[in-house]
Amino acid sequence: MPTPTPSTTRAALLVLADGRFPAGGHAHSGGAEAAVRAGRITGAAELEEFCRGRLHTAGLVAASLAAAAALGVGPAPLDAAADARTPSPALRRVARRLGRQLMRAARATWPSAELDALADRFPKGAHQPVVLGLTARAAGLGAEDAAYCSVYESVGGPASATVRLLSLDPFDATGVLARLAPEMDLVVGRAVEAAWRAVDEGVDVLPAVSAPLLEIGAEAHGGWAVRLFAS
Amino acid sequence: MTATATGGVRATARIAARADGRGGTALPVLESEGPLAVRRTRAASGDEARVMLVGAMSGPLGGDHFTVAARAGAGARLRVGSAAATLALPGQTGGGARYDVRLDVAAGAELCWLPEQLISARGSELYVSSRVDLAPGARLVLREEQVLGRAGEEPGRLTSRLTVRLGGRPLLDQELACGPGAPGGWDGPAVLAGHRALGQLVVVRPEYAESAPAARVLGECAALTPLAGPAVLVTALAADALRLRRVLDEALAVLG
Repeated sequence: MPTPTPSTTRAALLVLADGRFPAGGHAHSGGAEAAVRAGRITGAAELEEFCRGRLHTAGLVAASLAAAAALGVGPAPLDAAADARTPSPALRRVARRLGRQLMRAARATWPSAELDALADRFPKGAHQPVVLGLTARAAGLGAEDAAYCSVYESVGGPASATVRLLSLDPFDATGVLARLAPEMDLVVGRAVEAAWRAVDEGVDVLPAVSAPLLEIGAEAHGGWAVRLFAS
Repeated sequence: MTATATGGVRATARIAARADGRGGTALPVLESEGPLAVRRTRAASGDEARVMLVGAMSGPLGGDHFTVAARAGAGARLRVGSAAATLALPGQTGGGARYDVRLDVAAGAELCWLPEQLISARGSELYVSSRVDLAPGARLVLREEQVLGRAGEEPGRLTSRLTVRLGGRPLLDQELACGPGAPGGWDGPAVLAGHRALGQLVVVRPEYAESAPAARVLGECAALTPLAGPAVLVTALAADALRLRRVLDEALAVLG
C-alpha cells in the first residue's frame, strides 16, 4: 500500500501542482470550450457536473497512468495503454504536446536520467500523465502526489477556462473545485490502488473509463477555425 | 449450465470457424448452453458462415454469468448476429449479472460481430466485458450498442468494458459506467448529457496501417476516429436505439 508523503516533499508537490509551473496547461480547457459552444455548460451547476464527469473518467485514467509511472511501471507500455484509452486523435495529439511541454519544464527543474531516457524514447512527446509520473519521481515525490497533480489538473483546467469562456464568477469556479475535493480524494485513492496492481499485473488492469462527449467534442473542437483554447 | 454462487445461471456458448478448404467457412464448434443458443443461418455470400445468437430465455438476470466465446481461425469469415436485443433485468437474489464476450481472430480471418442492442432495464445490474484478441492481419467489424432503460424507464446499473488487442498490444480499451450508483457525472455534459443510447463500432483492417480514414465528426454527437493502429472507432450517442443504429449504419456505409 502507498506510504504517506513525507512532509519534506510537500513544497516540491506545490511547485509541480502550481498552475504557474511552465508546462503549458493554461492553454487548454479540457473539453470545456467545446461543451460551452454546444450549450452543455452555461453556468456553475453544469460546470460542476462537467468536472465531476471528467474527474471520474479521463481524470481517473490519467491519474492511474501518472501514479503507475511514478511507481516505476515501464513508460512505453503505459504510453501504449494511454493511446488505447484515447480514441480521439485530437486528444492523443494534445496529450503528447502537453507531455513534451511538461518534459521541457521538468528536465530544467529536476534533471533526471529517467526523464532523459523518456525524452529520447518519445522525441515527439509521451502522453502527459506518463511524463507527469516520471517528473514526480524526479522531484522525489510519490505515486499519490502524481495522482493528486493529475486529478487536480483534470478539473482545474476546465474550471479556470470556463471563467474566461462564460465570464463566470471566479468565486463560483473555485467553489466548484472545493465541492469536488472529497471526490478528488476518492479518485486519487482508486488511481493509486490501480497503479499498485499494475506493478504486479501489468498495465491492462489500469482503469479505462471513457467520456464519449469529451472524445466527440475534441474532434469537433479541433476543426474550428477560431477558438480560445488549444483543446 | 450450472448455478453461480449467487443462485443465478452460468452458461457458455462457443463458436469456432475455420476455412473449409473449398473456399467456404466451416463451423467445427457450435455449442449452446442453457439460455444461450447459437444457430447457423444462411450466409449472404459463399465464403462466410453466419451464426445467430438466440436468447431462449430472457436475461441476463441478477446473479447470472453468461459467456460467449467465438474464434475465427485462419482464412475463416464469420458473421455473428443476434435474433433480438439482450435485456438486462434485476434478479430474485438482488446480485449483479455478468456477461463476458471473448473473441479471437487469426491472421487472414474476418469476424463481423453485430449483435442487437443491450438494454439496461430499471433495477438491473450488469457488468459486460468484451475482449477481442486479434492476430496481425486479422479483420474485425464489431458493434456494441447500449440502451439505458426501456422506453421512458430509468436505466439500471451498467458497466461495460471493451478491450481490443492486436498482436498482444492494446489497440482500444474503453469502459463506460452508468446508471444509479455509478461514479458521478455519468449523465452530465462531459459524458452522456442525457442521451439514452450509445454505441461503438470498431473496424480493424490491415490496410489501414498504410492509410486509415481521416477523423470526422458525424452530426451532433458522433465521431469517427482513427486509432493508434490499423483501426477506426465510431463513437455515437443518440436519443434512442433507432437513431443510434442509423448513425452507426451510415458510418459503416462510409467505411465501405
